[in-house]
Amino acid sequence: MNLMMLLEMAASGLGERTAVGSKTTGLTYAELFDSAQAAARRYRNSGVEAAVLCDESSHAVPIMLFGSAWAGVPYVPLNYRLPSEDLLTLASRVGSAVAVTDETNLDRLASIDAVTTVQQGDFLADPAGGHDIGAEPGDWNMDPDDVAVLLFTSGTTGTPKSAILRHKHLVSYILGSVEFMGAGEDEATLVSVPPYHIAGVAAMLSSVYAGRRIVQLPRFEPHAWIDAVEAEGVTHAMVVPTMLTRIVDALDERGGEPLLGVQALSYGGGKMPRPVIERALELFPITNFVNAYGLTETSSTIALLGPDEHRIAQYSDEPTERARLGSVGRPLPGIEVAIRDDDGIDLPAGEVGEIFVRGEQVAGEYRENGSLLDADGWFPTRDGGYIDAEGFLFVQGRNDDVIIRGGENMSPGEIEDVAMSHPNIRNAAAIGVPDREWGEQVVLVAVADGTAPAAAELEDLIRSRLRSSRVPAHIVFVDELPHNDTGKLLRRVLREQYAHLGDGPAD
Amino acid sequence: MVDLKAGARFQSTVCSTEVIVVKGAGEVDLTCGGAAMVAAGTGSIDGAPADGAADGTQLGKRYSNEAGTIEILATKAGDGSLAADGEALVIAQAKTLPASD
Repeated sequence: MNLMMLLEMAASGLGERTAVGSKTTGLTYAELFDSAQAAARRYRNSGVEAAVLCDESSHAVPIMLFGSAWAGVPYVPLNYRLPSEDLLTLASRVGSAVAVTDETNLDRLASIDAVTTVQQGDFLADPAGGHDIGAEPGDWNMDPDDVAVLLFTSGTTGTPKSAILRHKHLVSYILGSVEFMGAGEDEATLVSVPPYHIAGVAAMLSSVYAGRRIVQLPRFEPHAWIDAVEAEGVTHAMVVPTMLTRIVDALDERGGEPLLGVQALSYGGGKMPRPVIERALELFPITNFVNAYGLTETSSTIALLGPDEHRIAQYSDEPTERARLGSVGRPLPGIEVAIRDDDGIDLPAGEVGEIFVRGEQVAGEYRENGSLLDADGWFPTRDGGYIDAEGFLFVQGRNDDVIIRGGENMSPGEIEDVAMSHPNIRNAAAIGVPDREWGEQVVLVAVADGTAPAAAELEDLIRSRLRSSRVPAHIVFVDELPHNDTGKLLRRVLREQYAHLGDGPAD
Repeated sequence: MVDLKAGARFQSTVCSTEVIVVKGAGEVDLTCGGAAMVAAGTGSIDGAPADGAADGTQLGKRYSNEAGTIEILATKAGDGSLAADGEALVIAQAKTLPASD
């Protein structure tokens, strides 16, 4: 098993179709195949242990992803916006590498002896780096345990860990969820997540296998996104929640005209605020919406809420159906999900516990501390949630984010959902701040939609729907909640920012 | 006859069914419950679905023709069943999982 199998099939079945870029100037599948071979020659001849990318999206991404697979070295996309110290820490963990970089990072990475840098432009002009032998069609390793990709996970605490994704995980994920050449010639997918995001890696692989042209937007900006959709005839897109929020605002700024050309829009990477998805369903009235839940460690998607459920939730009067919009849907075929309590006992439907997952695509492994799979192959996601009677999974949030007040565990998501049900609240984050009496107190940081409601109004709303213990001790209104580049809400930042509202010892 | 343009909305005149067009090409005789559908907001319900066209339309489901040139999303359920130029529209089966990446 090797990722190259996927590209080989695509090149064989669709050689002349454009794989990446615009129809006039992009690379065809045949050209991508040849470029991957050229890159493989560079990697094999230079004897490096890794193919590093430290740059925003470009054609270098698919060339490197497949070229490194051909050569038998891991592909390691790094966050090019990290501060120097953090970037060098990660880069020095990789071993010897050829790093394709942008100008900013050229000098920084060049300071590591084991790393040879190449500028993006030079790499694209000559992926082989002058080597004309060293890789022949079909001569890639087929050991399914070979490492295909190393992704540094954005940990909420401490240094990021490098998640290992082996060929077997990624190939089984693609074969299990994508129909070969299932995309029509006029389809195109817009990828605006950075290369070091698992969704970006997955999008490359599934688009190549499906035969869907990839259009890259290296730097997300909502109007540029809308313009790219129109200019390139984009039919599919994947976004993180913060992007969709900004796209919805930009469309409303432009007059609220619906975008009808997008056939499918999938989102994930973080919790989608309900008011945003509800507005998006109106602005994209015939688009197939998909909420994809997954982690870096599970080769991306393990559960998804499909297009039908989105539209049913939008148009139905029935509360259970409407509530489904807050779910991440049902597990993919081949994936098992279990909800367990603190003792590891499986819980029945409706009860909240930790989400565990098992399946061929679940890697759950890090270079730093090995495999986290238990004896039976189950991976603890550290996300809390429950499954309803129909098998729909609801994710409440990271267990690390649980607020513990007076010995009671509170899920921030529960409080946030109630706050967001207020028509003038568009987004909200509930965090715990230290409190001498209670251990932690609840602070609600909210983004208003129009005029911010009075704190008392929100407090009453939360008290009436949940228990009085959930009522925030403080409510703060902000213009925007902090997120990182992969769409994750930075609760740690909020906790630091508002710790002063508590009266207890700082953590 | 109505113009099946993407985004156009129609309603049934013999039941509560309402739809929005996802995919379509040109002028089509779009019926629900055997009666011609009208632009949303322009008609009222009078009568009942005809025999043979009363299998119901389900909320949130997509219906398409055999050729796959027409796809219609039901935004409100009803007792009548959809047809285009006399061909009954059936629930579109997903070929595989919806693209999530």
